Amino acid sequence: MKIVESMRKNGAILTLFAVISTLLVLTTARLTEAPIARQQEAHVLRVLNELIPPTQHDNDLFQSCTLVESADFSAPRKVYRAFLADQPQAVALEVVAPNGYSGAIELLVAVAVTGEVLGVRTISHNETPGLGDKIELRKSDWVRSFEGLQVNSEDDPRWAVKRDGGIFDQFTGATITPRAVVQAVKRAALVAQREADNWYQLPANCMEQAP
Amino acid sequence: MNEYKELTWQGLWENNPALVQLLGLCPLLAVTSTVTNALGLGLATLLVLVGSNVTVSLVRDYVPKEIRIPIFVMVIATFVTMIQLLLKAYLFSLDQALGIFIPLIVTNCAIIGRAEAYASKNPWRQSAFDGVMMGLGFTLVLVLLGAIREVLGNGTLFSGAELLLGDWAQSLSLTLFAVEHPLLVAILPPGAFIVMGFIIAAKNKIDAVRQARAVKPEKTVTRARVTAQ
Repeated sequence: MKIVESMRKNGAILTLFAVISTLLVLTTARLTEAPIARQQEAHVLRVLNELIPPTQHDNDLFQSCTLVESADFSAPRKVYRAFLADQPQAVALEVVAPNGYSGAIELLVAVAVTGEVLGVRTISHNETPGLGDKIELRKSDWVRSFEGLQVNSEDDPRWAVKRDGGIFDQFTGATITPRAVVQAVKRAALVAQREADNWYQLPANCMEQAP
Repeated sequence: MNEYKELTWQGLWENNPALVQLLGLCPLLAVTSTVTNALGLGLATLLVLVGSNVTVSLVRDYVPKEIRIPIFVMVIATFVTMIQLLLKAYLFSLDQALGIFIPLIVTNCAIIGRAEAYASKNPWRQSAFDGVMMGLGFTLVLVLLGAIREVLGNGTLFSGAELLLGDWAQSLSLTLFAVEHPLLVAILPPGAFIVMGFIIAAKNKIDAVRQARAVKPEKTVTRARVTAQ
């Protein structure tokens, strides 16, 4: 009988703590919901505005986000579209290089209507510090070497690291990382050249899907 | 006042959570590749530690012994969640830089260690002070480790300080020397262990010298080492 009594008492105390904890966490979550959404938006916007300069668009890039499905993507991808006086200018798409040295590398690639690559930024990666992390702009301006380039065809020999006969520098001690990024940017540029015309017509629907 | 002095001494030196108790090594070694990350994680840990110590101390008379651990864990988890939400809301880039290590504060043994060993037996004022001092002791070691590793590995100091302190701090960032081939091992996890080993050795050396001085007449010096799980 004693054990039942003690379970009831301790259970009640635990429950009380759980209720208070939940209350505190939920209150904080409610209060920080709006600032966190703003921060995330600002973060993405900062990168987007670097890739597609404000002189080349007059719409809100963040609001123009649309989810695109394509045979080239394993899952729907976010695509941001830039317009100037309602004329399509460029798209920025999130792509993943699955074959980095330690796992997937997430990139944001901006491609103009002309098919020219406007810029590339690394969103997240787990590459070796000091070697593979030169794909970050704050470590090296290697990602800038894509700017202004165009992919001419599926087997454009320039789109590879120098060791493979292409035009992009590999890093000392790290070839796998830049190779993966070059391939991913090339794929992104090709799919944008092929399909971007349709993407400009799609409704902005990222917000509805956001959690 | 003497009690507070003792707590300060215990937290910062004698019983330093990182150097002597060797608690919380996972974040200690993982995020200390730069001073900024180290300071950020140290301060977050300090806040959690003070919060959990005060709460545990205030409720200590109402918590039955049998279920105190689940309750402590719940208290700590609540503080960590709240702090992560606040970081995301107001120091977004720091949260991005620290990543998984903020939630991992929940499992920093130093925190439940203090709850169990000190806060559950002492009044809230002393517990809060103990939290501050233990947190500071932890932060100082983190920052020292971060500084050594950042200088050796990158040749910089305070790089990315603006993530933590706002844009004005960009001027804090020093480039001591430009490295063509950085001492990679310093930034990688093994470097963390090696540097940490040297720091602990230095502390033990200082203690040994102090002890030798204090007990000059005696020839034999016995060193006591305090370890905890």
